[in-house]
Amino acid sequence: MSETVTSTSRGQWIRRLTGHDAVIFYILISVVVISMVSVNFFASTLTVGFLLIQVLPILLIAMPMALVIVSGEIDLSVASTAGLTSATMGVLWRDSGLDIGSVIALSLLVGVLCGAFNGFLITTLGLPSLAVTIGTLALYRGLALVVIGDQKVTNFPPALNAFVLSKIGNTGIPVMMIFVLIVIAFFAVLLHFTPFGRGLYALGYSPQAATFVGVRVGHSKFWMFVATGVVSSMVGIFLTLRLASAGPDNGTGLELSVIAAVLLGGVSIFGGKGNIPGVVGGVLLIGTLTYALRLAKVPETALIIVTGGLLVLSVVAPSVIAWSKERIRLNRLHREVPGQSASGETSA
Amino acid sequence: MSTITHAPAVRRSSALKRFFTAREIPVASALVVLIVVTYIINPRFLSPQSSKDLMLNATIVVILAVAQALVIITRNVDLSVGAILGLVAFGTGTVFDIFPNIPIVLVFVIGMVFGGLLGSINGMLVTSAKVPALVITLGTLYIFRGVLSSWAGSKQYFSGDNPKEFGNLSVDTFLSIPIITIIAVVITIAVAMFMSSVRSGRDLYAIGSDPEAARLFGIPVGGRVLSAFIACGALTGLAGVLYTSRYNSVGALTGSGIELDVVAAVVVGGVAIFGGSGTVAGAAIGAVLLATITGALTATRVDKFWQQAIVGVLILAAIIIDRVVSLRRARKLRVDEAKDV
Repeated sequence: MSETVTSTSRGQWIRRLTGHDAVIFYILISVVVISMVSVNFFASTLTVGFLLIQVLPILLIAMPMALVIVSGEIDLSVASTAGLTSATMGVLWRDSGLDIGSVIALSLLVGVLCGAFNGFLITTLGLPSLAVTIGTLALYRGLALVVIGDQKVTNFPPALNAFVLSKIGNTGIPVMMIFVLIVIAFFAVLLHFTPFGRGLYALGYSPQAATFVGVRVGHSKFWMFVATGVVSSMVGIFLTLRLASAGPDNGTGLELSVIAAVLLGGVSIFGGKGNIPGVVGGVLLIGTLTYALRLAKVPETALIIVTGGLLVLSVVAPSVIAWSKERIRLNRLHREVPGQSASGETSA
Repeated sequence: MSTITHAPAVRRSSALKRFFTAREIPVASALVVLIVVTYIINPRFLSPQSSKDLMLNATIVVILAVAQALVIITRNVDLSVGAILGLVAFGTGTVFDIFPNIPIVLVFVIGMVFGGLLGSINGMLVTSAKVPALVITLGTLYIFRGVLSSWAGSKQYFSGDNPKEFGNLSVDTFLSIPIITIIAVVITIAVAMFMSSVRSGRDLYAIGSDPEAARLFGIPVGGRVLSAFIACGALTGLAGVLYTSRYNSVGALTGSGIELDVVAAVVVGGVAIFGGSGTVAGAAIGAVLLATITGALTATRVDKFWQQAIVGVLILAAIIIDRVVSLRRARKLRVDEAKDV
């Protein structure tokens, strides 16, 4: 405190180091360090591999979901899109006689269509995304059942199944992570370094204002939903190959985990606030904590409570902090105003 | 349905008009069409046994939908209802396990108080944190479910563990309507009357259409929202007790995933997801419609796999209809205002 640093740059640094996503990373690092010290078998390449393979679907979908929520919308249909993709992939592979490459390409098309349908209903018809995607959540999962029934398709090329689970050398990091990093980089650049991304913040903050400053609101929203659709499809394909089984129920319940992780990562559900590093931190935090506690033989039930508790805490804490800051500020005002002797410097 | 009886005896045309523009009408007619068409294809659909099953299957979701509608009308949502239902259902089993001779009425009271307490946790978090209920109740969904799993573990209570007269609630009928269905109907009517004619009920609509304006107008927004959550929890608790009576077993997974069905029923029933409009009667009819589809598909021998897809289409249809109606109404208002000038 005694040193004098130029107040603006110091303020910026303090803000950056005490921001929500920074806090998430501090917690994440502490969880990793504590687990490495206290949990048996945590500090191993095997852990890295299992952990990453497990968080991979959430990490992938969290990227476009972060953009959607930043723009003030939500997409609950992601897990159902993954399920429909998985079902389509299974049936195509079993019945169409196409090679696996074409099957995967066609399955990705499912995501494009699902996302475009959401986008059409939300932007062209102007319907609320929460309601629309609750509807398509049921619809896409239902179509998955219609497509494949209660059967499973399991005879995918073993080489491909093995590839999905393969690791980079001895590091334990799944090869798939390279692909995930590309997706993360894509969405990070899109959100933080392009006019399109800045437009999403404006859109989340106030759609009217965004329209005035020239953001093509409908256009932006539409492509966001296509993006979540495509990424959900990728996850559907990944899950199918990882489990070596295509079925209608792949990815069930994923939507709530994704949204929990995104919100924990500091994206405001009101829109207009949040960033990609924070979201990555949020996903990794939930994933690591769950994995470490599981290794420490904490019962599964406690893990669910921890996830929920983290989520509630992460949204309630900021308003409690803001409230107490305001109280302190008011108290200080009350103390200073009557005397009029205290100058601003004492409180700085 | 209540709108017809409540319509004042003004000109007949306007009463008729009100009837046809009521929000419950599209969903109620869809329900009637569904029942009639299914009956024509397979008359056994309305045999005494099948219609009893139909009513029993709808009962729990109807109560949950009425409860959820209260919260959604205030522009909030409660995603934790499935977990609350599970907790209360398992709690009911436990109460009977510990006190086998406890009066059944007392069990209902305990269930509703328990549910109300859980609802008040949601309500207090929502009103104190100024964060959308969607996020808070997503969190409490995990927490309550986690608490239930650690409480129940792998333990399950079966219908044989409960007193016979408790189980009979969902077997016995009055005028060929199952007792628990009558409870659901009474609840629906009571809440509908409360919402349409009691001041604090009307306040919920005001809060849902514009919370800021409601606050300026002097409505205690926080208190009202809190009580909506408590009421939702208490009614969900009631549904939990009835669940234990109706189904063979309750355990850690009871009610999981039901929250989306309930929200779907409410939306299909014409309650706007962003608050301020819709009726609990509509929500109840929406729940009956969704429950009836299952039976109808079986009766008409349609592949059961279509069921969920149809539910999805219904939800989308409901919000599109809602959108079209509100757009038309807004345009009409503008035209009327222009005429007045």
